Amino acid sequence: MASVKIKALHKRFGLVHAVRGIDLDIPDGEFTVLVGPSGCGKSTLLRTIAGLEDADDGDIEIGGEVVNRMRPRDRDVAMVFQDYALYPHMTVFGNISLSLRARRVAKPEIERRVRQAAGMLGIEPLLGRYPRQLSGGQRQRVAIGRAIVRNPRVFLFDEPLSNLDAQLRDEMRGEIKRLHQEIAATMIYVTHDQIEAMTLADRIVLLREGQIEQQGPPLDLFERPATQFVAGFLGSPKMNFLTGRLERGTDGACIDLGEGAPKLALPRGRDLMAADGAKLILGLRPEHIERVAAGPPAEGLVRVEATIELIQPTGSRSYATFRLAGQAVVAELQAHDVSRPGERISVAINLWRAALFDPATRKAL
Amino acid sequence: MAASRGGWRSGRRNLGAGAARFLVIGLFVIFVLAPLYWVVITSIKPSSDYLTVPPVWFPAQPTIVHYTAALFSYRGLQGLLNSLIVASASTVLSAAMGTMMAYSLARFNTGGQHLAFWVLSQRFLPPVAIVLPLFLLFRGWGLYDTHFGLIVAYTFMTLPLSVWMMYAYFRQLPKSLEEAALVDGLSRWQAFRMVAVPLAAPGIAATAVFVFIAVWTEFFFALILTSRYAFTLPTVFRAFLGFQGAQYGEACALATTSLVPSIILGILVQRHLVRGLTLGALRG
Repeated sequence: MASVKIKALHKRFGLVHAVRGIDLDIPDGEFTVLVGPSGCGKSTLLRTIAGLEDADDGDIEIGGEVVNRMRPRDRDVAMVFQDYALYPHMTVFGNISLSLRARRVAKPEIERRVRQAAGMLGIEPLLGRYPRQLSGGQRQRVAIGRAIVRNPRVFLFDEPLSNLDAQLRDEMRGEIKRLHQEIAATMIYVTHDQIEAMTLADRIVLLREGQIEQQGPPLDLFERPATQFVAGFLGSPKMNFLTGRLERGTDGACIDLGEGAPKLALPRGRDLMAADGAKLILGLRPEHIERVAAGPPAEGLVRVEATIELIQPTGSRSYATFRLAGQAVVAELQAHDVSRPGERISVAINLWRAALFDPATRKAL
Repeated sequence: MAASRGGWRSGRRNLGAGAARFLVIGLFVIFVLAPLYWVVITSIKPSSDYLTVPPVWFPAQPTIVHYTAALFSYRGLQGLLNSLIVASASTVLSAAMGTMMAYSLARFNTGGQHLAFWVLSQRFLPPVAIVLPLFLLFRGWGLYDTHFGLIVAYTFMTLPLSVWMMYAYFRQLPKSLEEAALVDGLSRWQAFRMVAVPLAAPGIAATAVFVFIAVWTEFFFALILTSRYAFTLPTVFRAFLGFQGAQYGEACALATTSLVPSIILGILVQRHLVRGLTLGALRG
């Protein structure tokens, strides 16, 4: 167990500047998820922590010790790879025990630790098999077993679930979370999947173009995104972004989305430091739009008449697309709120939960 | 109706194609095996049957007299032993060194982009350009007509082949297995020995067979660099072409004998060979 500190880390591959000055402080025992679109540098950052890539600039500390010049084997970290990277010429037992054999651990001790790790993952009956005889989920378990048998200071996961089918992915996600609760080790997990990030993380570090866009507990990022990028990346279906203009009146501020939409009055206390007439981007999560009956809406809710263009039922909910001042908006409604395209319904938009961004800087207002 | 007619037509076409394929393959097999048959049969023919018209397809009285003559009077057995020693040792050395060099080139890009090609370029020189300087060096260093000298010469002669075959093999082996081994706590050498080499076994087997065959059949270097003591099997054949005519029986007996080790080696590594030759295309 150990904390991980990263200071002003840079990594370049020729002309590509993959990691651009990252500072990160991961306390002992925390489950940190590095998330971002492909090419954001998250895998490179992980591989640099593992020692598979050399840092060009900056420091990596594990347990208070600078490990920049240490070989991977001396860093005492374990890594689970996207393609599992199981040794095809060794049995499951051979795969899990290799690290212990390389360190010349006594045979009975190897036997005991391999069985314990296999027991935790429910793969004891598979110890005599070869990787090619295993299913994807079983291979993934072996890869995780290979990591936990060593009892390393830090666990690194490089998109470990992306090769599994959806159902198995959900199951293994739960297992990894349970594993973290059981052994309480420091874990750093890379994924491009925002649902994995939200469900697993104690803390999400959202990367973009080699830099940290925002970090914090999952719900903080979800509810208070610092930038439009963060708001758009987290959440499914995606947050709606509408362009508009701020209008200040005698009884507070409202947002003018343009021709064909009512002005959206901002609730008091949701005021912002922007001048009258300033352009802004309104961010609305689909789940913050709901169907309402006639009558005046509650404080902070704005009622809008919507003509539904497209319905995507998921079973429990239905995603309905309509237009506000010509701009498409997706609302997440109850399954039976809408029945057919073309239907006109009243929806309420919750402006308490709305996000506002400056179109120039793309930062939250 | 139309479908059934089409079916009948394509059936006849398939039959025709099958027969043509059979014919081509059959001719090829005859082309390859006929000389081999002739060599083996001649080796047990009495001298009077060599060049008769019509030919003798199978001798009425087979004899092993050519074998005893070739192996003992002409020192063929000594040549066979020398060849076995030299070919085995150079194969092991060349494959081992080639594997290590290739790993270094493939994983660390050792020597930039030119070193790998430079290694290959060693084969561009015609052997005759190397053999005389080598002869003089070997004379000076006491390596002339020794097993060791010949092993050194063959190891370096076949090294480019080993390096290039293994280089291609390592390049298509996924890096992530070795990376997993490194993070697992193995040193680079351990990762090479315990992960990369076992995975490259088919490639190493194929490389070893090629090197062995190259050395086993090499004539020119052996002719110049050896004489009475370390001579190899191919050089023995010179003796069968004398002023008084050719000893067909003895030549064929020795040729038949020399096939045996190659065939045994081929059978031993056959399982690996096919996979090695496809360079891991069937990995998985």
